[in-house]
Amino acid sequence: MTLNSGTPALKQGLRAWLTSDAPESRFHAQMVQVYAGWQSLCANKLAFIGFMIIVALILVAIFAPLLATHDPSIQDLKATLLPPQTDGHIFGTDDSGRDIWSRVVYGSRITLFIVALVAFTAPVFGLLVGTVSGYLGGWVDTVLMRITDIFLAFPRLVLALAFVSALGAGIENAVLAISLTAWPPYARIARAETLTIRHSDYIAAIQLQGAGRIRIIVGHIWPMCMSSLIVRVTLDMAGIILTAAGLGFLGLGAQPPSPEWGAMISAGRTFIYDHWWIATMPGLAIFIVSLGFNLLGDGLRDILDPKKAES
Amino acid sequence: MSKPLLEVEDLWVRFPSKRRVVEAVRGISFSVGRERVGIVGESGSGKSMTGRAILRLIREPGEVEAKKIHFDGQDLQGLSEKQMRDVRGHKISLVMQDPKFSLNPVMKVGDQIAEAYRVHTNASKAEAKKRSIEMLNAVQIRNPERVYDSYPHEVSGGMGQRIMIAMMLIPEPDLLIADEPTSALDVTVQMRVLQIMDKLVKERGMGLIFISHDLNLVASFCDRVIIMYGGRIVETCRADELQNAKHPYTRGLLNALPDIHKPKDQLSVLERDPKWIEDPSVDAYS
Amino acid sequence: MSNAVDTATPKRRGFSASLLKRLKSLVTVLFSVLLTLVGLLFITFIIGRVMPIDPVLAIVGERASQEIYDAAYISLGLDKPLFVQFGLFLKQIAQGDFGISNLTARPVSEDIIRVFPATLELASLGTVFGIVFGIPMGVVAAVNEGKWQDQVVRFVGLFGYSMPIFWIGLVGLIIFYGILGWVGGPGRLDIYYEDVIPVVTGLVLIDSLIEGDIDIFWNAFSHIILPASILGYYSLAYISRMTRSFMLEQLSQEYITTARVKGLSEHTVVWRHALGNVMIPLITVIALSYANLLEGSVLTEIIFAWPGLGSYLTTALLSADMNAVIGGTVVVGMIFVGLNLLSDFLYKVVDPRAR
Repeated sequence: MTLNSGTPALKQGLRAWLTSDAPESRFHAQMVQVYAGWQSLCANKLAFIGFMIIVALILVAIFAPLLATHDPSIQDLKATLLPPQTDGHIFGTDDSGRDIWSRVVYGSRITLFIVALVAFTAPVFGLLVGTVSGYLGGWVDTVLMRITDIFLAFPRLVLALAFVSALGAGIENAVLAISLTAWPPYARIARAETLTIRHSDYIAAIQLQGAGRIRIIVGHIWPMCMSSLIVRVTLDMAGIILTAAGLGFLGLGAQPPSPEWGAMISAGRTFIYDHWWIATMPGLAIFIVSLGFNLLGDGLRDILDPKKAES
Repeated sequence: MSKPLLEVEDLWVRFPSKRRVVEAVRGISFSVGRERVGIVGESGSGKSMTGRAILRLIREPGEVEAKKIHFDGQDLQGLSEKQMRDVRGHKISLVMQDPKFSLNPVMKVGDQIAEAYRVHTNASKAEAKKRSIEMLNAVQIRNPERVYDSYPHEVSGGMGQRIMIAMMLIPEPDLLIADEPTSALDVTVQMRVLQIMDKLVKERGMGLIFISHDLNLVASFCDRVIIMYGGRIVETCRADELQNAKHPYTRGLLNALPDIHKPKDQLSVLERDPKWIEDPSVDAYS
Repeated sequence: MSNAVDTATPKRRGFSASLLKRLKSLVTVLFSVLLTLVGLLFITFIIGRVMPIDPVLAIVGERASQEIYDAAYISLGLDKPLFVQFGLFLKQIAQGDFGISNLTARPVSEDIIRVFPATLELASLGTVFGIVFGIPMGVVAAVNEGKWQDQVVRFVGLFGYSMPIFWIGLVGLIIFYGILGWVGGPGRLDIYYEDVIPVVTGLVLIDSLIEGDIDIFWNAFSHIILPASILGYYSLAYISRMTRSFMLEQLSQEYITTARVKGLSEHTVVWRHALGNVMIPLITVIALSYANLLEGSVLTEIIFAWPGLGSYLTTALLSADMNAVIGGTVVVGMIFVGLNLLSDFLYKVVDPRAR
């Protein structure tokens, strides 16, 4: 940690260490790679903007109590439907007099919660199914891929809707439903990657050393699937945010009075022609955040796609 | 020989990339009349780029620079893209290496040939079809009507290359550039395809630039040979005087070839001298 | 003996062998489709079973006596093991029977037939929009790779991917209907035009033309144009991006150089030769995007009060109308599978190498 805030000389040393051609340890090699990726990310303007948007989202979620000007759930029936920039309400107020800016700020926590939960469940499950299926092959592969295909055959939103209605409305169930519909593509990607490395010499070498299947899959195949999964997950995040917001909009996701952005749009819909800001502000928030994920994912794909990296 | 068809002076082809500029062709000069000129070199010697640069087919970010590229007295560098299209196919044509990749996979063979004809003439569809079938006959394809209606994946490599030749000769160009036209074919059909091409070129009194890595093949088919190395011309001579070549690279190539009349115990391995890259290019005017 | 036959008629043997191969591949495809469909139905069935709604109560009502309740319980087959119930469920569906909707008190299958044309009309127009604008945009982006045109197309696409469809629908309604008054509001028609023309295809745009009522046609058009453009924008974002990447791949092929050598104009090279090859993989993309629009219309239909399958499904969901939910989900899933099958088939028809 002292390395980061050192003298110029130390900084120089750090740079040399990060751009070294001959890494001394596994950790060193990883850091060199991360640094190279970071540099190309900074060179790609759009991807960098996307990255900054996501960093901003995280900061807003962390510092929500400081950024919010009002309590997001306190109603003020004397100050309903105020347009933006009146009486210290930056984005105006809704039909119960709640401050929209503060609700949008707190809503970022819900969005981040959904994104994080889905990002840590669906890809992991997909990775598990895909690598096991690809590595073991045979009937296990056939059965698992058949199941994956069945899930892929379902339209995502409709399946999520059906799941939520079966499980009951609520944010946890919405997350579960989205994860249940989101894993099949990851399984496909992980399987494809596994098939290409399954017969490679280094896997054979590990097998000769007597490593078990689980150790090979977890220790040697999973890391190889990571970069393509990360790109895909980043690109999917926007879709996940939109689906979650859609469920919220339909009243099947986060329940009122929670300041979930989709639910806020739904509530503002009634007043759309006379009080446009109620539905517009949370909508803008959803749009900016999903744009951020899309820009970053698009840039990551350019960076991690070896075909394009040449030129 | 009278005025040459093609005159090239100080031709450069460069590909700038982020770190450095790759120079594929480095200041070569040559001319071609209504004769058969072979350009020989290993891969990366710039021989293919030379052919494409003449037709102005080098795509961005590649750059072409020359003091002079004249065809039939016409300055090709000064032509607009539209005028250049009239030169391509109609005056200079190019046969590429592998018919598997150089034919459009989803268009009927016949339509591809007829298209080459119609773009340079005002022929009707029926007329173009008639001409195309004649042309398929000329490249010795049996049953040309059936081949006309087939797709590229349905024909063999040798037939595909004959189709390619038919397509490139149908607008009756004055110069044909053949870029490794038989390298992707089975050895058994190579000669046949070459003979067909040679016959048609002779009959029509065209010029031919035959690009190949195969020194023997070039020597037996061409009037004149140009040897390229590292983007430059290292030597040029008449094909029948090749045995007297002086440049060590040419000598090396010749010595690396087995000769049925003078069997050797061991073929020599080509040794390269970095100095060759720096040597000035030899002019190869006819 | 078999040897003699082999050498005598090599051609016929080849022919019958290829026929056998085709038949085999057809059977494989049919089997895998059937398996997918059964799996799809199974998931839907399970969803229906874990729904927090008592299907018996839904039929007999809250105040029925225990005897009536038990009788209904048995007549519904709920006392049997789960897989027997699933068998019964499959049998019902095979007969096109999805049960009665609690909400409309009509057979679900009838309801779906009634509402589906509205969704079909919307998604079809959206896909047409996506194809007409998306393909040229993708081509232009690929031809000008890395230049400003490419950046614009990329940005337009990312914008499309990032916008919540229900939100952009609302904003569109405010601007184009509320403020500018350029388009019709929610619904398929203005209220005084509704139920005027006889239903032939169920597609208002076509029915009005059949009837020769141009006023109704324009009214329907003014209503559909906004939701269709919004759906079309999504389709455009996807189609243009895929077109671009397919185009880049094709433009680097040798046959493109051949086309240039022939002296063809750049226009012909790009739009006839390269795009001709791109259209084949694009079929799958278009089918997928069409299927996505049929699904994506769920939210759009709610915003625009569009009486289609999406509205039907959500209303059913929110009022716990189980039969309608299952029926709707199964139908949407089947459409997905069907479109996939169709695109595979078209692929084989269009690609000379796959015939």
